[in-house]
Amino acid sequence: MGLTRESVIDGLLAKVPYFGWLGVQVDRRGDELTTVLPFAGRLIGNPALPALHGGVTAAFLETAALVELVWTAMGDERGGFLPIEQDESMPRLPKTIDFTIDYLRSGLARDAYARGRVVRLGRRYASVQVEAWQENRSRLFAQATGHFLMPQPRD
Amino acid sequence: MENQSGNDAQVADSIARRFMEVVPHADALGMEIVAATPGCVEVAMPWAPEFVGDPRTGVLHGGVISALMDMSCGLSVLCHPSHPPVTATIDLRIDYLRSATPGQRVRARAECFHVTRSVAFVRAVARDEGDTPVATATGTFTVGV
Repeated sequence: MGLTRESVIDGLLAKVPYFGWLGVQVDRRGDELTTVLPFAGRLIGNPALPALHGGVTAAFLETAALVELVWTAMGDERGGFLPIEQDESMPRLPKTIDFTIDYLRSGLARDAYARGRVVRLGRRYASVQVEAWQENRSRLFAQATGHFLMPQPRD
Repeated sequence: MENQSGNDAQVADSIARRFMEVVPHADALGMEIVAATPGCVEVAMPWAPEFVGDPRTGVLHGGVISALMDMSCGLSVLCHPSHPPVTATIDLRIDYLRSATPGQRVRARAECFHVTRSVAFVRAVARDEGDTPVATATGTFTVGV
């Protein structure tokens, strides 16, 4: 039985402990994914404002980038970007090579949303951009670019 | 001279501790200050199962490393001899050199190496108990309001 993209994204959120701890969710409408970070007190970095910790913003955007990359790679008709071995219930995941975050304004103490775009998908490397917002889709609080190493088929 | 530098180190240490104490996310990740001197801060956190990013291997998620990098970098700005009252990250780039070894604590050492009237420039290195670094970071931060 083949894995569907939907089940892989659900499995990713359920099986990666850190995603559970952070509380990230994925909202899927057709083939468009929005990664959601429900607000929680432990995510605060600046209690005076209060504002999200910069590390939380980074982790959230990196998660959104990975989710979009897995989704896009599994849906790509050229195939083979995310090899799944027969004995595996999940594909091996792309590894982050580097990740650069622009902090455009403070992340406030409320839910946050992020959407990724795979700019380039190759057999070895992928490049992904992410935008994140809170109240207003056109007022981004952070954006990021990351490069990922795609998992290679086993010989 | 030695007294003066000893005093500067004490001031840096108390600034770093005072700021980190009130950050809920640092507490949630179990961060602690290893060392703080003027413009230079080292922060550590333990490996824990809930921070794992790859359940096959038990390797920490990159987001945890990001938080450690951002925290140590921000504190190094606040501990700089120019003593900015507040700071915020403008941008942060993280290079993941290798996976952090499961079960080992990770520490990030950040150095604020240049400050202008408006911007602080920072670099950081994260290590586990092994010889080669786990990740490096380069960032810019706001200075003042």
